[in-house]
Amino acid sequence: MRQQQNNIFANIDWVLILIYALLVGFGWLNIYAASSTEETRAAFEFSSRYGKQLIFIGLSFPMIILVLFLNSKFYEQYSSLLYIFSLLLLAGVFLFGKKINGATSWYSFGGIGLQPSEFAKAFTALALAKLMSDRQYNLSLVKNQVKAFTIIFLPAFFIALQPDMGSVLIYFSFFLVLNREGLTVRYFILAAVALVLFLFTVYFGIKLVLISSLITLTFIFSFLAYRKKQFFRFNWPIIILAYIISSIFILSVGYTYSNILKQHQKDRFDILLGKIKDNKGIGYNTYQSELTIKSGGITGKGFLQGDRTQGNFVPEQDTDYIFSTVSEEWGFLGSSFVIILFMCLLYRILYLSENQTNKFARIYGYGIVSIFFFHVIVNIGMVIGLLPTIGIPLPFFSYGGSSLWGFTLLLFIFIRLDGHKKYDY
Amino acid sequence: MKRNFLLVFLIALIGFIYIGRLFQLQVLNKIDNSPISSATIKIEYDYPERGYIYDRNGEILVANQLSYDVMVVPKEVSKIDTLEFCNLLRITKADFSKRLKKAKNYARWLPSVFIKQLAKSDYAYLQEKLHKFKGFYIQKRTIRDYPIKTAANVLGYLSEVNELQAKNNKLYENGELIGKWGVEKYYEDALRGKKGKKHFNRNNLNRITGSYKEGIYDTLSTSGKDITLTLDNKLQQFGEKLMTGKRGGIVVIEPNSGEILALVTAPSYDPNMMVGRKRSIHSQRLFGDTINNPTYDRGLQAIYEPGSPFKILNGLIGLQEGVIDEKYGVYCNGGYRYGKRKHEFMRCHCGIYGRPVRLKKAIAKSCNSYFADVYRKIINKPKNTKIGFDNWSDQIKSFGLGNYLGYDLPVGQKGLIPNAQYYDNRYNFGWRATTNISNAIGQGEILTTPIQLANATAAIANKGYYYTPHVVKKINNIDIKDEKFTTKRQTSVNPKYFSPIVEAMHEVFKTGTGRYSQVKGIEICGKTGTVENFAKIDGQRVQLPDHSILIAFAPKDNPKIAMAVFVENGGYGATIAAPITSLMIEKYLTGKISRTDLEERMTNLSLEETYKKQLQKKNSIASTTE
Repeated sequence: MRQQQNNIFANIDWVLILIYALLVGFGWLNIYAASSTEETRAAFEFSSRYGKQLIFIGLSFPMIILVLFLNSKFYEQYSSLLYIFSLLLLAGVFLFGKKINGATSWYSFGGIGLQPSEFAKAFTALALAKLMSDRQYNLSLVKNQVKAFTIIFLPAFFIALQPDMGSVLIYFSFFLVLNREGLTVRYFILAAVALVLFLFTVYFGIKLVLISSLITLTFIFSFLAYRKKQFFRFNWPIIILAYIISSIFILSVGYTYSNILKQHQKDRFDILLGKIKDNKGIGYNTYQSELTIKSGGITGKGFLQGDRTQGNFVPEQDTDYIFSTVSEEWGFLGSSFVIILFMCLLYRILYLSENQTNKFARIYGYGIVSIFFFHVIVNIGMVIGLLPTIGIPLPFFSYGGSSLWGFTLLLFIFIRLDGHKKYDY
Repeated sequence: MKRNFLLVFLIALIGFIYIGRLFQLQVLNKIDNSPISSATIKIEYDYPERGYIYDRNGEILVANQLSYDVMVVPKEVSKIDTLEFCNLLRITKADFSKRLKKAKNYARWLPSVFIKQLAKSDYAYLQEKLHKFKGFYIQKRTIRDYPIKTAANVLGYLSEVNELQAKNNKLYENGELIGKWGVEKYYEDALRGKKGKKHFNRNNLNRITGSYKEGIYDTLSTSGKDITLTLDNKLQQFGEKLMTGKRGGIVVIEPNSGEILALVTAPSYDPNMMVGRKRSIHSQRLFGDTINNPTYDRGLQAIYEPGSPFKILNGLIGLQEGVIDEKYGVYCNGGYRYGKRKHEFMRCHCGIYGRPVRLKKAIAKSCNSYFADVYRKIINKPKNTKIGFDNWSDQIKSFGLGNYLGYDLPVGQKGLIPNAQYYDNRYNFGWRATTNISNAIGQGEILTTPIQLANATAAIANKGYYYTPHVVKKINNIDIKDEKFTTKRQTSVNPKYFSPIVEAMHEVFKTGTGRYSQVKGIEICGKTGTVENFAKIDGQRVQLPDHSILIAFAPKDNPKIAMAVFVENGGYGATIAAPITSLMIEKYLTGKISRTDLEERMTNLSLEETYKKQLQKKNSIASTTE
């Protein structure tokens, strides 16, 4: 046992390490391009954004070593404690935290900010894996479903209070894990229908969607009745319930949209759906981001040659909009390469997870695939103008210590768990 | 395994959609990225110095001077002591707000001109204080400077390119300077030079962050080329001096090169009026003066009936056509009867009775009868009058009359030399040689500009050829090689026929109408002219004082100077045009004036009273046929 433990480096998955190194390295190059100007490039400044990011990358090595050298059993045994610890951190933010950009989500240690929500994801994934790896655990029971939901949404609740809606959204990704472990598909169908109804309501207005959805429901019921040859034997209670629920939902969506959502949140949907066009005000980010991407062309303008990047035309370009830098300077080829790299990462983790003999490691693997996947979808989707503006970082690319360490922690715990599979049982 | 397929599928789906979207943005809809159209690149121009203009002896006529504009960036203007600022610039507070508002309307982030062309003394004072007023700064520009107040009509002036011009011409941006008249306009390309371009990166706030791609697209400015004119500054100024108080023009040409030595129009103006802070006031005054018309170049644009000098050409063509020779004589006896009816009679003042007038005498004494006869003979030589008339017309045109000469200044007039077609259109009842017998003596339908007459005189001086007149001698100190100005243009008249005519023209100044304007030691050849003109006043034809005209060249052998002088309402050719001509010739050939009393008399002679009288009659002047 001792010998095997010492031999951890022989068992870890070097493919994942390679992808990780590529993403972090390429990410840093783009942060360098986005946060430096021609004048500041002459001397390397550790106080600049790219300099700090290099320090963050350097500091992630001790963490990686620590994560790899801890016994893999440690994560399973202490997952509950880690989870509670992260909840405390999230709650503590309201007492000791710092307000930046209207959200109380930071601890400040001598100039360096730490964002507990970035680490909470990893510990939630661990706790969820711990819960569901129990042999007795069966997701078809509502009691167990509620347990799982509680683990997922407790940290999400604290984060929602900060408020940081983008990060809250990420917690929904755990539904993919639940689905893998046997949660009924109905939740997804329900969610999909709700999402479609929401978008339609925002776009077409309440009345039209209300009427057309009721008509659609009627058609569906008629069709079902026809298939079952039960023309006159409708299940009246269910039919009426369906009508009422959909009506209430649509009405509440309309209400939420016009009364609860803040103006800037509404604007984001309106911009995306093309309801309003304002390239200088609220639509500035998306407009500039798209222009910058377009200007890259097929091969891009070359490293450090992105004049739109240099001119700071895209706001937050080294954090949330880092992908537009990639697109401008490396072109279609470079940005496609990054997407493919992320797909490789996801497929590799997925492949390794499916091959885990340990249920805990498998569920955890699924958890992090879902988290990474959501981050990539939401972030890149926003930058290329397919999704509304939601501020969450692109894993390993966006500037920021907390997010880099959070994602590194997520990935390397899995690498550690995976490295142990051969002598686990 | 069915359940784990969902994520595999979703990842593939999202990957496909996102790469597809990137393909749409970056491959299908990619935007033009050239440095000119990109929003991230700011282009700044480095303006070259406009070329200087010299006269033929190297004296500077047009130079450049620095001028200082107060510029403003409205967005950067913060709380300033408006009252103090207004006092500094000597403007009112209302004016201040008006100017600032105008600048704001143009662009808040971009500089625009607040006050144009400060005086140099103002600049020194203002520069000390201006740092107190945020958002304002001073920009240097070069504008034109005219050390000698002369030849405004030839030099021309500059004006700012307006928005429409800038749109149509890629070489200019709104507000840049462009030659608008004279040499400045005609030689704009040479004088302008090439502006340099610098590309800068700019950021989202429109601030410059550095040179674009280390300046690989940047170009240096090339300064404008200097131009040496053919004008002789001293002669030009002397001509302008002689023409004070008169209206008209003097055109002086060097016959063996076609170079214009002087191009005087009167009244004219000081070229310095068209630069500086008061330019707009001045230009309104100059262009609004419809009575004196100082911006109208009478040497190039005014069309007059040439009068008697035209007889010379008819004599030449008569010789060429063989209808007369030197010995041919006509009995004048006070006039020429060209028809049986009573009015078909042309009077003559030559005063030769009882003996035939021959060519030499006819020119020297300006005999109308003689040339009426010659003209009639030329037209009637072929059986068909039309062919005869066209032949005559073509030969006259070979002297450069009746069409644009093609000189290198942007204004001009065609004048008129009629042909058979012209009369066919005009006279429905048919026409004959005698229908417009006045053509014989340079009146009737004939119209010419002073420069055309000067050019014809040069052709006579050269005995049969001329070079297209031009005002530019050298560009960048290299002689012009434009074929237009270096090609010898032959007239239709054989050189051998010129000698008797030249002798006769010499006779004019020896014994004829110009005999009082002889210059000792210089053999001047010329021909005076007196053109009657009329105005219609209250429906009545009123005769105005005659135009005084003269063409001349000198010396007789190997001529160095050929010229035409027109003085509106100056009376006989001999009274004003002849003395002016002789003074000009003396000045140019000897460099000094021996008859200073005559010079003084001609300078002080003013026709303003005559012009005023016409104005009081409140009607337009129309030169008419007699």
